[in-house]
Amino acid sequence: MREIRPAIIVLVLLTLITGLAYPLAMTAIAGVIFPKQAQGSLIERDGKVVGSALIGQEFKDDKYFHGRPSATLAPDPADSTKTVPAPYNAANSGGSNLGPTSKALNDRVKEDVDKLKAENPSVPVPIDLVTTSGSGLDPDISPEGALFQVPRVAKARNMPENRVRALVTENTTGRFAGLLGEPRVNVLALNLALDAAATK
Amino acid sequence: MTAIGWIQIFLFCAIIVALVKPLGWYMTRVFNGERTFLSPILRPVEAGLYWIGGVDERREQHWLTYTVAMLFFHVGGFLILYTLMRLQAVLPFNPQEQSAVAPDLSFNTAISFITNTNWQNYGGESTMSYLVQMLGLTHQNFLSAATGISLAVALIRGFSRSSMRTIGNFWIDVTRTTLYVLLPICVVYTLFLVWQGMPQTLGAYVDATTLEGAKQTIAVGPVASQVAIKMLGTNGGGFFNANAAHPFENPTALSNFVQMLSIFLIGAALTNVFGRMVGNQRQGWAILGVMGVLFIAGIAVTYWAEANGTTALSSLGLTGGNMEGKEIRFGIVASSLFAVVTTAASCGAVNAMHDSFTALGGMIPLINMQLGEIIIGGVGAGLYGMLLFVVLAIFVAGLMVGRTPEYVGKKIEAREVKMAMLAILVLPLMYLGWTAVAVVLPSAVASMANAGPHGFTEVLYAFTSATGNNGSAFAGLTGNTFFYNLTLATSMFVGRFFMIVPAMVLAGSLAGKKLHPASAGTFPTTGGLFVGLVVGVILIIGGLTFFPALALGPIVEHLAMTANTLF
Repeated sequence: MREIRPAIIVLVLLTLITGLAYPLAMTAIAGVIFPKQAQGSLIERDGKVVGSALIGQEFKDDKYFHGRPSATLAPDPADSTKTVPAPYNAANSGGSNLGPTSKALNDRVKEDVDKLKAENPSVPVPIDLVTTSGSGLDPDISPEGALFQVPRVAKARNMPENRVRALVTENTTGRFAGLLGEPRVNVLALNLALDAAATK
Repeated sequence: MTAIGWIQIFLFCAIIVALVKPLGWYMTRVFNGERTFLSPILRPVEAGLYWIGGVDERREQHWLTYTVAMLFFHVGGFLILYTLMRLQAVLPFNPQEQSAVAPDLSFNTAISFITNTNWQNYGGESTMSYLVQMLGLTHQNFLSAATGISLAVALIRGFSRSSMRTIGNFWIDVTRTTLYVLLPICVVYTLFLVWQGMPQTLGAYVDATTLEGAKQTIAVGPVASQVAIKMLGTNGGGFFNANAAHPFENPTALSNFVQMLSIFLIGAALTNVFGRMVGNQRQGWAILGVMGVLFIAGIAVTYWAEANGTTALSSLGLTGGNMEGKEIRFGIVASSLFAVVTTAASCGAVNAMHDSFTALGGMIPLINMQLGEIIIGGVGAGLYGMLLFVVLAIFVAGLMVGRTPEYVGKKIEAREVKMAMLAILVLPLMYLGWTAVAVVLPSAVASMANAGPHGFTEVLYAFTSATGNNGSAFAGLTGNTFFYNLTLATSMFVGRFFMIVPAMVLAGSLAGKKLHPASAGTFPTTGGLFVGLVVGVILIIGGLTFFPALALGPIVEHLAMTANTLF
């Protein structure tokens, strides 16, 4: 029974060290050294927060590049025990969780492929434009996925295609050290660059 | 599969192997109570803690006392965590005004975090206050990891000591592991993660107005400090629902790579600690070799399966592998590697949705867990789990040559083999038993998100993950029901403690035995023959136990997939 005292005291002290002192100290230090990242890498335009550099957002307008489909949900306003689709809901991340033999997945992808083929029949549909990401908040598309959308965006904005294509290339990030991860295009950054180019 | 993909995998393995010796050397010093370069700062804190807690540093514990102390520690941790979740609505650090967590969900979550499982029947950003995330979950991430490591060290002492009654002092092991190993790495690691883009703030969620004028509420929080220990301690419980797939929980390819390294780091280095403490580092390398063989085989299958994609997608003219549920910045290879690493190591964090993996790609994570989480495994838990298999393999080898089996100088006798078998048999009882119950209960079947064999795999995966204290999921399954909350909690509890208690009995019984010097008749346990034997025993025991269940799930689904049958 002489283990009871250390059980209580060691537990409480270690809890306070690892559960309060450590995260609070890290919050203070990170806030000083990396203030932008610590707050969520927020992007402001004209003094208003338009999103986070790391979090994807929904684009439907033809004049913007579109991100990947998103499977995130939100509580149904009519019945809080149910959920409704709410793409790019950054307060409730998640994937579709549909498996390789899922009919629902197949139907969804087929519908999206048909839409995209109608939009740009000249090149094969890149897979990332018709599959949902794990988080539903993927900020990126593949370079192929961006180039695929160039004709639509150029037409909607009345911009020359090679100008739009140049912006895609400028906003393409390669692998880390040429090795890790995959090449990608941040959709929000690209769309901000498009808007900026349009006002010039 | 691409060359650059394999280079990433090779680089990962090379860095882990390179870190095994230095970290093993450092941790051995910590567990032996020697001075380290951090002692000038940490020693006063440590000594103060013992003084207030009434811990006598010179007094060691019998295995039974050690185990009882460990159980007290868990009961206390459970009570703190459960209470915090039930009361979070009236406690501070709750800017989103999250309401109290329901009793069955709180029970499940508390069991989940004290057992180092971190199975989550909730979405972090929509359920938990910052106080629960820090004081409840972050602290248990530390302590369940420290407990696992301490128990492994106690078992190693059982092997390395000759004719002794004690195996160390639990309070000292837990305190030193937390202060000297976990905390210092986490401090540096947290800052690295914030640099990469991970939030670390107590502020409320941010409301943004998107370029198209919609409102987007962006969840933030004290993420980095929790993710650091979540990975290092192989806990795996996400701050956010999407876990390490969430861009805030894994912002870049570099953060992803380092997170994978940190999952394996301590578990791999513990094999070296074992080697050093039993006086021959090659004993440690042999164990790491067993783990390595199984790991490489797993990653090869999953990478191949995911890169090949699914029949349904390729028949629509889509190429580039199975990207459903995966993030662009990681792609196929980093998602496949992460899935194998996280299930081999009992971490359970995910950077892609395993539920959307191909049938065979998702089967490897399942097998990794069903083998008992011994390929690196959970911090500490992986090593003591592996040593149980080693005892069994040595016993088999002894039967073949007709000699009393010996391992690192200790005679392996009936009691040791019984304990090893008890631990190894209890696990399938949980995951196969509960799966069988679930598939005949209509209310449990209703939780499946996918039809056909994939739905069965979702349930099997859930109980396997819980029993193996992994915590990853085929996340389509709706786990937050009364049935699953209770049965999964039972699986996690049994999976943890029916492994720990036999391991401690083993530690106590081994410590009391004499060390025999190796003789000409001793089976060498540092070479390829030994590695092959242990791998064989693991696969045969594992395979015979769970192959029928796999045949009903992923294997039949793979056949259906190649025939392009949809459900």
